Amino acid sequence: MPVSVRDVEQVARLAKLEFSPEEKERLTYQLNTILEYMDQLNRLDTSNVEPLSHVTDTGNAFREDVRRPGLSTDEALQNAPDRTEEFFRVPKVIGDRNE
Amino acid sequence: MRDFDDIRRDLAAGTATVESITRDYLASIGRQSGLNAFLAVFSESAVEAAREVDRKRSNGTAGSLAGMVVSVKDVLAMKGERLTCGSKILDGFIAPYDATVIARLRAADAVLIGKCNMDEFAMGSSTEHSAFGRVHLPEDEARVPGGSSGGSAVAVSAGMSTASLGSDTGGSIRQPAAFTGVVGLKPTYGRVSRYGLVAFASSFDTIGPFASRVRDAAHVLQTIAGYDPYDATSSAVPVPEYASALTGEVKGLKIGIPREYFGPGLNDEIRSAVDAALRTLREHGAAVTEVSLPHTEYTIAAYYVLATAEASSNLARFDGTRYGFRAPEAAELNGLYVRSRTEGFGPEVQRRIMLGTYVLSAGYYDAYYRKAQKVRRLIAQDFDRVFAAVDCLLTPTTPTTAFRAGEKTDNPLAMYLSDIYTTSANLAGIPGISVPVGRDRRGLPIGVQILGKKFDESTILRVADVLESAHAQ
Repeated sequence: MPVSVRDVEQVARLAKLEFSPEEKERLTYQLNTILEYMDQLNRLDTSNVEPLSHVTDTGNAFREDVRRPGLSTDEALQNAPDRTEEFFRVPKVIGDRNE
Repeated sequence: MRDFDDIRRDLAAGTATVESITRDYLASIGRQSGLNAFLAVFSESAVEAAREVDRKRSNGTAGSLAGMVVSVKDVLAMKGERLTCGSKILDGFIAPYDATVIARLRAADAVLIGKCNMDEFAMGSSTEHSAFGRVHLPEDEARVPGGSSGGSAVAVSAGMSTASLGSDTGGSIRQPAAFTGVVGLKPTYGRVSRYGLVAFASSFDTIGPFASRVRDAAHVLQTIAGYDPYDATSSAVPVPEYASALTGEVKGLKIGIPREYFGPGLNDEIRSAVDAALRTLREHGAAVTEVSLPHTEYTIAAYYVLATAEASSNLARFDGTRYGFRAPEAAELNGLYVRSRTEGFGPEVQRRIMLGTYVLSAGYYDAYYRKAQKVRRLIAQDFDRVFAAVDCLLTPTTPTTAFRAGEKTDNPLAMYLSDIYTTSANLAGIPGISVPVGRDRRGLPIGVQILGKKFDESTILRVADVLESAHAQ
């Protein structure tokens, strides 16, 4: 089994998710099953193949650097769970346990 | 199912108005609420919009979709309306603007009737992974309508709208279209603007129509296709006149049958239905040849590495700070992120975020993500090679007809494998359409898929139209 419960815990920290011990066990099993299936990609020799990240043939799309109308501050804040004046409000940042 | 030609005939004869047609659909939605196809129904605004279209009809200024009533998968932004993506994490979110496809439908005078249920964040193949309950297949409510656009598919198959917009990242339009017996079109990547579509896997996501008829799908595509300055990946390739491609003729057309799509996992009744479709096309003078797409067996593995990687990145924005659900009890910022995401996302979305984070993490990036990108190129090259020799490909859309609810929910890999014939089009960026060609002995619909060259939606629509005329029931 390439993925251990400890790996699942590490990935969960990166993904900002939390799981119960039972969920971790189940995820470990499921991720191993899926990754084992994905391992068949290694049967292919791709040493001379360029990665394909995008299917469109065109390069980067530039536009003129001019102001365009967008959302107003009020519209952008309309969905905020909490706000103050023109800001999103969140709990304190200092004291984070794992950064 | 009432198609757009029926509607236009009734409007022209004066036996219906856009308002009466809209009210008929609203009544149909009300009668069939048990199917759980809709997350929002615009009972008032749809009738108001319909009256406005009737006014425009009376003074001769109505747009090209006047009389068409369209439902929309709840992954698209409609200004002033809730947008849920089938998820708790967007609780209370009101879209501040219209998606480009929505703006174009409005401009063409389509009436927008409601928003359709879906797998959470379009992740799923059965519409069982919705935070708002599963969608039922009208033919057998113990079965699923496919997914992730299952609500849109049922909204058309059960006569609750003339057409519907869905999104297709790995088969989420074509697979439910096959399961419910309607037409479902996934356009070429870049043909339709993604502005206002909530992102799942940005290099795969496309928006396309469901309809009861191929011709109606062509009308909707005509309206939504084309370059959009708000989506830098939308294409400036000119949009042809799709309806004029529906000539009823396929004489001389070269149609390839990829042998890898007819392996042992394919249900016998679907195999027979594809054979019957092939006979039809031969009788109409098409030249059918067997071809090979040798990397087909790697499509699901490559797709799920890349799509989950992109999803884990795209879904990082849902963190409880700027919109949507915020866990109430968190006392500091990291805890707020973790609690909001853990309580807000459902199990399949969390699984995919975990998988995507894993394949992108240090030490595994080359082994999985980069490897899958290379295999993606091999799969795309397979299509380039066969399209040098044939005009389009004919395949089954799905390996089985609609399966039972609960059958695959405990086995994510089995669920992923139900996309086995559809993900390749998203990896290669080519268009595909599923068209109904019959039913199995249980009465469940069977679809065949036609895959085309990039930006050649016209050819696959033409072939689908011929099959529809010969096999529709």
